[in-house]
Amino acid sequence: MSAQSPLLEVRHLRVEFPTRRGTLLALDDVSFTISAGEVLGVVGESGAGKTMTGAAIIGLLEPPGRIAAGEICLDGKRIDNLRYEDMRRIRGKHIGAIFQDPLTTLNPLYTVGQQLAETMTTHSPITPAEARKRAIGWLDLVGIPAAAQRIDSYPHEFSGGMRQRVVIALALCAEPRLIVADEPTTALDVSIQAQIITLLKSLAREKGTAMMLVTHDMGVIAETADRVAVMYAGRIAEIGPVRNVVKQASHPYTVGLMGSIPPLDRRVERLAQIDGAMPRLSAIPKGCAYNPRCPKAFARCSQDRPELLPAGATQAACWLYAGEVAGNG
Amino acid sequence: MADTPMLELRDAARYFDVSRPALQRLMANEGKRILRAVDGISFAVPKGTTLSLVGESGCGKSTVARLAVGLYRPSGGRVMFDGRDLAEARAASEQRRRMQMIFQDPYASLNPRWRVRDIIAEPIRAFGLLPNRAAQEARVVELLTQVGLSPLDGNKFPHEFSGGQRQRISIARALSSNPEFLVCDEPTSALDVSVQAQILNLMKELQSRMGLTYLFISHNLAVVRQVSDRIGVMYLGRIAEFAPAESLFRRPRHPYTRALMEAIPDLDMTGRTRIPVGGEVPSPITPPSGCAFHPRCPLAGPRCKAEHPELKPAGDAMVACHAIEEGRDAA
Repeated sequence: MSAQSPLLEVRHLRVEFPTRRGTLLALDDVSFTISAGEVLGVVGESGAGKTMTGAAIIGLLEPPGRIAAGEICLDGKRIDNLRYEDMRRIRGKHIGAIFQDPLTTLNPLYTVGQQLAETMTTHSPITPAEARKRAIGWLDLVGIPAAAQRIDSYPHEFSGGMRQRVVIALALCAEPRLIVADEPTTALDVSIQAQIITLLKSLAREKGTAMMLVTHDMGVIAETADRVAVMYAGRIAEIGPVRNVVKQASHPYTVGLMGSIPPLDRRVERLAQIDGAMPRLSAIPKGCAYNPRCPKAFARCSQDRPELLPAGATQAACWLYAGEVAGNG
Repeated sequence: MADTPMLELRDAARYFDVSRPALQRLMANEGKRILRAVDGISFAVPKGTTLSLVGESGCGKSTVARLAVGLYRPSGGRVMFDGRDLAEARAASEQRRRMQMIFQDPYASLNPRWRVRDIIAEPIRAFGLLPNRAAQEARVVELLTQVGLSPLDGNKFPHEFSGGQRQRISIARALSSNPEFLVCDEPTSALDVSVQAQILNLMKELQSRMGLTYLFISHNLAVVRQVSDRIGVMYLGRIAEFAPAESLFRRPRHPYTRALMEAIPDLDMTGRTRIPVGGEVPSPITPPSGCAFHPRCPLAGPRCKAEHPELKPAGDAMVACHAIEEGRDAA
């Protein structure tokens, strides 16, 4: 969009899982960018590849999963082919990660202050006293009351919402330029969820941090993200500005997905539903992966795989938007 | 219809003793610690309708679900099933057959070593409903078709199915004893939205076809709006507000209900900012004095700290709030 190059660039990413029964394609030709200060939401059903995309970016794909093709660039430099030790230095300092379950992210044997200080001293040359001072500052910033006292508490002494705040502080404390947040509010109650989302949003704005927000909760996306990528069966089905994707989706899958969200403001007799289920990775249909469930599918959909094509304000991987053949439908 | 309600709770309570062992208590000189998961609630579910309970985690909604099917005995008050005491009713298998439960996690609630047809047939065999194998198998096929699965799926094992399909199997199992009353504890919260829509549609369809009565437990207000006739909003073991579904959404009265609705993300992007509820749900072991919501409540006054509010009629709803009773709410 602007002249400045994006902070994160993912190009034609392909992730494979070799198994005894053949190679499974977990991610197939996934490309997107995130600019500084921008929040990209990644949505989709379980198994669509959202978490896998995040894991590939932070270099924590679980073996035997591996990047088979494509590249990931942070600030113009490739990070997908780095050695483990080099990647470890980038993680934390340049890329922060927030995971779904705050209990398993924190080490139960260390106080939260020790964990924050460790992260900071690993990535920058500061004294322990300075690290402690900054740790209190971070806990204060994420909204933990009486931070100076709570810093010596262990994770189990915090409630779920407070623990997730600690995890956020931990991801932020080395001041990374990109944060990969995988379902950061899914384990929390709505009232706490709102607090955490408000916090993440204001931090991204203030510090100019880029964020990839992975979630299946469309409400969270609608109020947090600038752009949204919708994933289906390891591919991006549609990507575009949040308002256009949520309100005037182009891809039939996005339309179906948005339609199946129960509305809060009225009662409907029957919710719109997409029949069937997402294909397993071992049985992805030929052509467009969505074609067997798609109400608008035509001949070409079961033959050729669509690329992302301009569709109104968004880009959709759907043959409906290939100008010259649309007439055949 | 002046029918007996399918389920009625009268001041029902369930306490859990979470004290440390007696010797440690003695040495630390501390008393018993009692967790009041459900602390005196009353409601009735008329036949053929859906009553939903909503609230955040720890509010006691799942404990009510377990009280309703007799998995827990009440520590106080009574639970009545179709006009009889539940404990007494459950002594007879003919009564037990009439109630079934659907659980939240379809991965944990199906035995992985059993074929689907055996899972579904288990209640039929346990209650001795059908005499011979052939009749049982025919019934399993009928149930599978009813919940939108293929008759051939009966030969498979649970791991061969997705989460949504497993929840369909749970529903088929629950329906196999021809129940009239189903307790559904977060039946769709482990599922993706598109699958959730399928399951909710199926449940509504089955209700209108078979006249089922549902007690529906959920934390998702939008889901609850789609399925309920009546809604109880729970907070820390008590009911804060009880109202007909449409009335609750058109005019939420209790400050907690209002806070819950305002905390929901705005999908229409009208620019409405979410107003987060400050603070967190307090511990049910040491609940706040007076109204349990007062530390988080914008309308709290001195009386709220001292005196526990009772459910009082307000319009077509029942609300437990001093501020509303005194007209201090400026709604």
